[in-house]
Amino acid sequence: MNPIRKNRLILAGVIVVGVGIAAALALVALSENINLFYSPSQVVAGEAPRDHTFRLGGLVEEGSVSRDPDSLVVQFGVTDGAESMIIYHRGILPDLFREGQGIVAQGRIGDDGRFMADEVLAKHDENYMPPEVEHALETARSLGVTDQKTER
Amino acid sequence: MWNWIHRLASPKRFYHFAGSASRWFGIAALLFGLPGLYLALFNSPPDYQQGESVRIMYVHVPAAWLSMFVYVNMAAAATVGMVWRIKVASAVAHASAPIGAWFTFLALVTGSLWGKPMWGTWWIWDARLTSELILLFLYLGYIALQNAIEDRDTAARATAVLALVGVVNIPIIHYSVEWWNTLHQGATVTKLDRPSIHWSMLVPLLMMAISFTALYAAVVLRRVRCEILDREQRSGWVRELAGKS
Repeated sequence: MNPIRKNRLILAGVIVVGVGIAAALALVALSENINLFYSPSQVVAGEAPRDHTFRLGGLVEEGSVSRDPDSLVVQFGVTDGAESMIIYHRGILPDLFREGQGIVAQGRIGDDGRFMADEVLAKHDENYMPPEVEHALETARSLGVTDQKTER
Repeated sequence: MWNWIHRLASPKRFYHFAGSASRWFGIAALLFGLPGLYLALFNSPPDYQQGESVRIMYVHVPAAWLSMFVYVNMAAAATVGMVWRIKVASAVAHASAPIGAWFTFLALVTGSLWGKPMWGTWWIWDARLTSELILLFLYLGYIALQNAIEDRDTAARATAVLALVGVVNIPIIHYSVEWWNTLHQGATVTKLDRPSIHWSMLVPLLMMAISFTALYAAVVLRRVRCEILDREQRSGWVRELAGKS
């Protein structure tokens, strides 16, 4: 390869590597702020801001959802497996909201320690399957068959 | 092989090669796209959680894949054009930018339309959505820079540097859902483990992805043909071609 072209190729390499390193450093420095939500464990550990709004994410605890029959008020627990918190919300929940579902709520911690959410968003997982397959897996699970690939 | 590539670098040869290749890619896009779309919209099952809304995936996911694939392709072509001063390669990079920008736009819009019914919001500033928006701005910046510089060769060099700088964003988009917690879910098809999508949904998804890729190839070759004609308008073979028709 002639030296001019070689130099240009090296220049291209240096640009990519240099910008890559710069971006990596910036992202590592900002990682706290790039994360969309705090987990209940982080909140319990005091990492979340106490005096302004933030997002809290986790799985809706099984059997924890209680609705007020006369209004849109709903209260439920979210957990990350280790710690859990109570979320209080007045409003319409997304269609995907159900027990065991991942959710992200935005709000602040109230005086009583509950999380007062202004907005509740549902996360969905990366699994896609027809309802019949889900039903078959459910049946298999209840019969005690465990399949590594489908365990969630 | 090298010889063949070397000869393709000549604008005249590339012009004729691109004409027939574009036709075949266009046919492939239709052959995969029409049955793929039929399977996706009418003959694939609803999702166990998302119901019928999952059908947005068959446009959203291929568009998002292509937005990244086109960018990598554009940056690679721009680098070849910058290092070896091959004009056809610069033309490929130049022709790719608007196509990539439209795929990115399509991915963002379909994602937004999907996010409202499923997540409950049109937009959220999580790492995946934000980095994809930055990709759209990179494309737009590339197009703007190209248009701002009058001289073709200077423009090719300047935009190649921009394209190379932007390449850093591609792994960030892909890994954003693993490195940080986001509202967007993790990768389904490209994870190292088995894809966690049922085959009845994977088949139309892959057909749509092949169709989108072929569509990109067909359109980019057509655009490169136009650019070659414009660049070479004073050369003998182009005059001959123009006189003939």
